[in-house]
Amino acid sequence: MTKDKAEARYMNPYLGGVLLGLVLIFAFWVAGRGLGASGAPKSLIIAGVETIAPAHAQTAPFYMEYGSSRENPLKSWLVFQMMGVVVGGFISGAFAGRLKFKVEKSPKITNKTRIIFAVIGGVLFGFGAQLGRGCTSGSALTGMSVLSVGGFVTMAAIFGTAFGLAWFARKLWI
Amino acid sequence: MGPLVVNEIISPETNLLLAFIIGIAFGFVLEINGFSSTRRLAGMFYGYDTTVLKVFFTAAITGMIGILFLSLFGWLDLSLIYINPTFLWSAIGGGVIMGAGFILGGYCPGTSFCAAAIGKLDAMAFIGGIFIGIFIFAEGYPLWEGFYKAKDLGSPLMNDLIGTSRGVMTLMIIVVALAMFWVGEWAEKKFARADYKINQR
Repeated sequence: MTKDKAEARYMNPYLGGVLLGLVLIFAFWVAGRGLGASGAPKSLIIAGVETIAPAHAQTAPFYMEYGSSRENPLKSWLVFQMMGVVVGGFISGAFAGRLKFKVEKSPKITNKTRIIFAVIGGVLFGFGAQLGRGCTSGSALTGMSVLSVGGFVTMAAIFGTAFGLAWFARKLWI
Repeated sequence: MGPLVVNEIISPETNLLLAFIIGIAFGFVLEINGFSSTRRLAGMFYGYDTTVLKVFFTAAITGMIGILFLSLFGWLDLSLIYINPTFLWSAIGGGVIMGAGFILGGYCPGTSFCAAAIGKLDAMAFIGGIFIGIFIFAEGYPLWEGFYKAKDLGSPLMNDLIGTSRGVMTLMIIVVALAMFWVGEWAEKKFARADYKINQR
């Protein structure tokens, strides 16, 4: 119990939302674009395939469409931004005393079940973010802030589906 | 004046440095609001913790208002900012797949990186999954390229869609957001759980 007490409380969510909004505005002012999280893994995949299988990268349509647009996929805005996210998350966690290797889950399931479903969820999110041209950050949040119709549609589809499936997945969480 | 990099006020190298700093702020705000906790994120879909709704929509309306103000001040040229294009079918299809990933995996990409940074092993597994998912999309691209590029609407804005001004549209979304915040506060009381405590200010 003492460990729980040492853990700092989270920020007020409305204050947190305003701060996140200010970060988003600053990103638009600097770079003319918002935030994004799925772009960096995509750049890593493209860079990886171009390095390991250059011949394949030159003939497969996906890599041709993205690979030709820039010299080094790792020297991209979203890659640098995501490196910052990891650093920023670590700093906040360190100050709050939340740095700890653990699996977070409902008490009703095992760690193994949790990890399996985490991988499945990641595969779906990775795939869906490519199809939807961005994830919760890049498509939904950023798209909504510039009033993009696509941003609102993607946001509604993500949250609507998650609500719709929540009953079937309830054992994972409650 | 803005966007700074498009108007060549800062160099592309400075832009990348600022991307890193913006990322630090992004990750810090996500973590300090508990987006590194998957049960907090999933709580949104069971009503016991609606932080996601509050932070996400407060951020979206703050962003809308800020971008509108910067343009009114002449500090940001809205014709130069990136507007996400709308390909209707893939926006819906991608969103549905992402929603399934969210409820099964408990994270989205940004929050998983943030959670992995403080040591969550399930977040690291989720990130592994993200890479697999992107790789599958890339390798099978010809199979879904048609769906991916179908129903291209360009880059329409919500205010154009319903035929009003940017300001009125923003005001309407703020009113909707306030109503949702009220529902969120109500849900947290109604669906509160004995085994889960909301630990925030």
